[in-house]
Amino acid sequence: MNFNFKHEWIETNIGLMAVLTMLAISVGGLVEIAPLFFIDKTIEKVEGVRPYTPLEQRGRDIYQREGCYLCHSQMIRPFRDEKLRYGHYSLAAESQYDHPFQWGSKRTGPDLARVGGKYSNEWQVQHLVAPRSMVPESVMPNYPWLLSTQLDISDTADRMKALRKVGVPYSLTQEEYKANVVKFGETVAPLLHIPDAQKNLLEQANFGNYDGDRSGVSEMDALVAYLQVLGTMVDFSKYDDDAFVNDR
Amino acid sequence: MAVTTYSGAEQYNFDIVKKFAVMSLVWAVIGMFVGVYIASELAWPFLNFDSPYFSFGRFRPVHTTSVIFGFGGSALFATSYYVVQRTCQTRLISDGMASFTFWGWMAIIVLADISYVLGYTQSREYAEMEWPIDILIEVVWVTYLILFVGTIMRRKQPHIYVANWFYLAFILATALLHTFNNLAMPVDLFSMKSYSLFAGTQDAMTQWWYGHNAVGFFLTAAFLGMMYYFVPKQAGRPIYSYRLSIVHFWALGFMYMWVGAHHLHWTALPDWTSSLAAAFSILLLMPSWGGMINGIMTLSGAWDKLRTDPIMRFMIVALSFYGMSTFEGPMMSLKEVNALSHYTDWTVGHVHSGALGWVAMISFGSLYHMIPKLWDTKMYSQKLIEWHFWLATIGIVLYIVAMWISGITQGLMWRSFDEFGNLQYSFAESVAAMMPFYAMRAIGGMFFFTGAVLMLFNSLMTIRQSKLENAVLEAKLAAKLARA
Repeated sequence: MNFNFKHEWIETNIGLMAVLTMLAISVGGLVEIAPLFFIDKTIEKVEGVRPYTPLEQRGRDIYQREGCYLCHSQMIRPFRDEKLRYGHYSLAAESQYDHPFQWGSKRTGPDLARVGGKYSNEWQVQHLVAPRSMVPESVMPNYPWLLSTQLDISDTADRMKALRKVGVPYSLTQEEYKANVVKFGETVAPLLHIPDAQKNLLEQANFGNYDGDRSGVSEMDALVAYLQVLGTMVDFSKYDDDAFVNDR
Repeated sequence: MAVTTYSGAEQYNFDIVKKFAVMSLVWAVIGMFVGVYIASELAWPFLNFDSPYFSFGRFRPVHTTSVIFGFGGSALFATSYYVVQRTCQTRLISDGMASFTFWGWMAIIVLADISYVLGYTQSREYAEMEWPIDILIEVVWVTYLILFVGTIMRRKQPHIYVANWFYLAFILATALLHTFNNLAMPVDLFSMKSYSLFAGTQDAMTQWWYGHNAVGFFLTAAFLGMMYYFVPKQAGRPIYSYRLSIVHFWALGFMYMWVGAHHLHWTALPDWTSSLAAAFSILLLMPSWGGMINGIMTLSGAWDKLRTDPIMRFMIVALSFYGMSTFEGPMMSLKEVNALSHYTDWTVGHVHSGALGWVAMISFGSLYHMIPKLWDTKMYSQKLIEWHFWLATIGIVLYIVAMWISGITQGLMWRSFDEFGNLQYSFAESVAAMMPFYAMRAIGGMFFFTGAVLMLFNSLMTIRQSKLENAVLEAKLAAKLARA
């Protein structure tokens, strides 16, 4: 065969060069990203993980808004020291409803993947308002405005609708509601029902009284509600120590 | 002299290059100032001033966006428009489109910075812009692609010069990455807030596929385009090996796209993905060093220029840092090393040895080469260039040494156990140990920032001087004509 490849062909043809470049740069992403949507083992089968309640989700929005992810990870690695410091390593399943993920890339402050329930609401509020009053070595900014700003709850349902469109199983119809009862149980399903979003949010804020002030719903209520649920959904006492090893 | 400028302005669109070049320096000064400020916030947290607008979490994307897309992006627009016109010996196909990319890009950076301060962010590192700004980026970027490729199609040479390959790969890859990483559902048409299309593991993988290739293509391939034009120009010698540049180009473009998952070692991402990424990260050392060698060896036989030419020194130091950080990167992508380095300041140090050492230094060198040519004069002060060089170099060294020490200290403190098998240090103790290094880092940043201020001043004075020279020339010409 008299096929004599010359790189010159590419160097003199911008169309060919663009196409070949596009091919070269597309392979890596295709091979590494696409299978993650199809390989079942990517997300472990585990009980207890549910979408966030309206109040928790609004808290998560604030977590994002303030850029908490820039200093706090939410991804515990399978090392002995991390287990002692933070708890069981994070599962993929635990962030399956996180749009976007908040794994983070830096620990200027500690990991928060399992911070839920570790401190009281009062501690969290005081620490957010004035971190150095609780942890003298801390370099975290003060967040006093969270306590003084009322949470804007007007678009709570719209936010849940947007999340539903990207795949979070919030229910809009009775059928979806029933499916959620089967999937998440009778106590959780009502919390995921979009028509009741505002009512659910107010009830949780009032009942939880996260910021210690029942007169209204502050941004602090939402953020603390979110922090207190982090990492608490899966009951690891139900599983063997090596239950998830083969999923990696 | 005035006459040549005039014909140059007809042959090429230098006006757009000038605009981007000046704004590149303006964004460098703004972005680096914010960088020094947030670095100081970590050392002295009272600087957050209890204000939502200046708190570290909202201010940090202002720094990254202003330096990466404001300074770096403008430098790339400026040099790519300059290089594509000079090497194709033709004018950009449309002045209107060029102008649109300028105003569009400036609007993007300003809107992004304002929106972060107000709390609008996708919380995706280096892609924090919310959806309306993302759409604007898409429009500007497609215009850029058409303009760049269109200009190449009008070239007067059969060959497309190697610098243009790298610029082309950068434009194509950025379009691809930007599009897929920013797929999101807005809450409604009048809301800035959106939610990512992907969740958890898939979202993390998509983001770091973007995140690392923002480094790979925006901050590397494109700046290699800069290197392939400006290093040979400044050295007055042809590129060391043409064959090496071909291998460099294809290997770099192909391999970079695989390595993003090394940001997700030991996480809930499946092991096969991050192992694959680690393997490609190590392979990537070869094209990276191939490129570095190609750049540095271009100077062989003219090494004396390093002593006499501060611009050449910027470029060679840039290539040295490129070589160093592309060695450090593969090393940190080894899982054992990453177990220690991840989540620590070491990563921050690594990024800055690339960003300050490579990206900023090669940009400074290229702009110092280009600015006097654009305005048809000499740089206002050689001495200030020397000062800039030393301030920048000392600044980088302070910065990365501080981050190496603090990063490794953090990593070791977190994983150390006492004799009973308990954790030896609380997290807060590791934070307290960082204080001197955070201060040192802020001082290093201050050096680097001061250098950038000198460069902006030097460049503005150069432009002023060029206008004065032209005015004098024109007056002389007019006097001559009047006499005749």
